[in-house]
Amino acid sequence: MLHTLSGALTPYIFSPITVLLFLVAVTAYLVGWRRLAAHGRAPSGWRTLSFFLGVLLCYTVMHTQFDYYSRYMFFVHRAQHLVLHHLGAFLIALANPLPVLAACAGERRFPRLAAAFRPVRRVLFDPLVATVLFVGLIFFWLTPSIHFDAMLSLRLYELMNWSMLVDGVIFWLVILDPRDPDRAGTSRFGVRFLMLVAALFPQILLGAYITFADAGLYDVYAICGRAFAIDPATDQVLGGILTWIPAAMMTIIGALVVLRLYLRDDSKKGG
Amino acid sequence: MVRKLSAALLAASLFWLAGCGSSDVSFNGKDITGLMPDLAFSLTGAEGEKVTEARYQGEAVVLFFGYTHCPDFCPTTLTALAQALNKLSDQEREQLRVLFVSVDPERDTPELLAKYTAYFSPRVDGLTGDQEALRALTKRYRTTYSYEEPDKNGNYLVNHGLAMYGFDRHGKVRLFMRNDQPVDQIAEDLRALVSIQ
Repeated sequence: MLHTLSGALTPYIFSPITVLLFLVAVTAYLVGWRRLAAHGRAPSGWRTLSFFLGVLLCYTVMHTQFDYYSRYMFFVHRAQHLVLHHLGAFLIALANPLPVLAACAGERRFPRLAAAFRPVRRVLFDPLVATVLFVGLIFFWLTPSIHFDAMLSLRLYELMNWSMLVDGVIFWLVILDPRDPDRAGTSRFGVRFLMLVAALFPQILLGAYITFADAGLYDVYAICGRAFAIDPATDQVLGGILTWIPAAMMTIIGALVVLRLYLRDDSKKGG
Repeated sequence: MVRKLSAALLAASLFWLAGCGSSDVSFNGKDITGLMPDLAFSLTGAEGEKVTEARYQGEAVVLFFGYTHCPDFCPTTLTALAQALNKLSDQEREQLRVLFVSVDPERDTPELLAKYTAYFSPRVDGLTGDQEALRALTKRYRTTYSYEEPDKNGNYLVNHGLAMYGFDRHGKVRLFMRNDQPVDQIAEDLRALVSIQ
């Protein structure tokens, strides 16, 4: 039993950069959390839970035997990206982690670093850029020829997964930012709503296209061997549905959170 | 400062991707120079002896995974490779080796493998190994295999990759051919592979 468990948790291909990045994120969050707690400003229990659940989910799909199946089954690969780009990234962003990570620095200030980071943030957190990147990356990595290369090259594969995770977190950070847009200068709730609608339809179209297209759209899985016997057409249909329905559902859940943020903000200002 | 930083970042990522270069020759198949690691393995040969990539130093190599009980892909691909080999000159053919690696060591003894590969061409070597060696090699070339449930006679199918991987005489990865590449185009690619000095 223990043996099976440790086997399942062993990464298929050990990735030092993945371990390092996850360690840095978790350590920074813990240090920041303690600093905030010392001032009685610790984030709420559910936000903390959301952060660790999101990180744990992303780590699991990237760096355990789950990754083996993701490399050799199309539909498992789609499930992996659903976690990285939607579910895990959503949970991490829902935790509102930026203030906690910033608190990691304590009293010290890094004005030059902050100045360098500001324009990057202004571009990447722009509603239009964030939406185009969010949808664009899904289409980019699912372009059959690019998908083929990514599945053959270890470096491209890592780039693909990390770009999906980082981009997902940025998009959901813009959507789920709990601060008052008037005071923090963040995107207005109506804009966020439009972002979600704009992201929703291309994902539905792509998912439906993959589901109903002739089998063999992503033949790299046939050429490189599958992790277990499954009809290639079934594999593609399952992958298409995973690209289509749960991804669309996450968008709806995002819209519900935006609606709640809006109502809270509205009642505060109205009251 | 910001501009310098972003320029450095861009340069770093370009450098990181620069490993994906290309050969000087052109292939009908896919040029995968730099996309995968060089040829390296430790397997068992026809006499039960240990075989590593060192044996094929100086020869261009085509690597292909399969098993002798294979009903479809392995015999057709090996036939295509044998026909392509016949289109080469004697001199070209002598600089090229096809490695048929069985991922079914349970049934494929070294003797059976030797008999099977000899049927196609003397330039085909049959190799196999224990599960550990086979898992390591398939992982190295981004492919996998799995076994289906045996029927009442104990026969079972093996799911395996269908690609052929071409290495130049220095063991550098160069070429990726799909199993359905036409014989003429395979022959052209083999010739190009041998021509890389």
